[in-house]
Amino acid sequence: MKALKSRLLIYGVVATFIAIAIGGYLIAAENEQVIQITAKRFEYSPKEITVKKGVPVVLQFTSLDRLHGFNCPGLGIRMDIRPGKVNTLRFTPDKVGTFPFHCDNFCGTGHEGMKGTIIVTE
Amino acid sequence: MKIDRRDFLKLAGIGSAVFASSLGGLDHLTNRALAAENDFFFVQLSDTHWGFAGPAVNPDSMGTLKKAVEAVNNLKIQPDFIMFTGDLTHVTDDDQDRRKRLSGFRDIIKELKVKKVRFMPGEHDAGLDEGKAFKEFFEKTHYAFAHKGVHFIVLDNVSDPGSTLGEEQLQWLGADLKKQKKDSRIVVFTHRPLFDLYPDWDWYTRDGAKAIEMLMPYSNVTVFYGHIHQEHHHNTGHIAHYAAKGLMFPLPAPGSVPVKNPIPWDANQPYKGLGFRSVEAKVKKAQYAISEFSVKGEKL
Repeated sequence: MKALKSRLLIYGVVATFIAIAIGGYLIAAENEQVIQITAKRFEYSPKEITVKKGVPVVLQFTSLDRLHGFNCPGLGIRMDIRPGKVNTLRFTPDKVGTFPFHCDNFCGTGHEGMKGTIIVTE
Repeated sequence: MKIDRRDFLKLAGIGSAVFASSLGGLDHLTNRALAAENDFFFVQLSDTHWGFAGPAVNPDSMGTLKKAVEAVNNLKIQPDFIMFTGDLTHVTDDDQDRRKRLSGFRDIIKELKVKKVRFMPGEHDAGLDEGKAFKEFFEKTHYAFAHKGVHFIVLDNVSDPGSTLGEEQLQWLGADLKKQKKDSRIVVFTHRPLFDLYPDWDWYTRDGAKAIEMLMPYSNVTVFYGHIHQEHHHNTGHIAHYAAKGLMFPLPAPGSVPVKNPIPWDANQPYKGLGFRSVEAKVKKAQYAISEFSVKGEKL
């Protein structure tokens, strides 16, 4: 009987932790700005992204053809965009403004024109 | 070592003769013999973009490289060697076209009188196939060589499409530098700038800072590069970095306009912003280390 009580107590504690964790995740997820972006020769879609300062952002990149890159020097973020997977980049913008980004993995004749803009608003 | 830069707008002289203002440098060089036996000069040509077509930017895209070859051949004193710092060809997505362009470029520069010609790739030559086609024509993409007491290092920051030198090449650089004295005269050639010139326009090398850090202990280092199609001078500490003009189209100054596009052709000033460069290397004057000894041979 004592063992059963202990086991139930442990289950209860674990269940509580799980509930808190799920709740926290949901709250965080609700606050995140999730944006899906496709990359292909030689464009991003969308190529203009608007996000809010101080709110976490999740950029989910998918390449439709080959290796591309995402580099936004003004916000200090970059990543490789590899085909065959979702490439996830998380950041929280800490300043308002317009920040250009570009492909920084040389991808062909139109590489120079593969660019876009992140607009961070209050 | 003192390195004097002499930038020639020789092409302008061949064209409509509007630009001859820089020819003073040429006269200076050719009207006298090089001062010391070991003094020498080399010529840097960059960003020839053979295969580019765009009449609004360069209506003489088929003739500009040939004019540059002729201009170099017409120098009264021929350089010890010629260095092409990348983007020999303009990018094409077709592997066979890339080879045709490399072959076409090679056929044109065969006319150079100077036969000691060295090459390195730009991202237009090597960025889509990791330098495979380039190597078929010009072998190595990074290497070192010595000339009259100067150690030259050619670095490849373009065969990786992400514009890195990569750990393997950095290790090679480190091993090469270890063989040099701290005051050795070292010249580095790259295509892209090693430093963060303007990252928004991709004018940097992702791991270039590592190479600069490795070069920093050496007191006599100069870097010559291309990629940005204009003259530019920048120092990282005591290391000077000089960008060269291109030979197909000029680009705007870093960050000077919102969008980086080739500067349109000016019919009133044809070939404006295009050209090549000579670099004259002067060896140090003789220096003597003097030690005094007693009659017994003791060093005083």
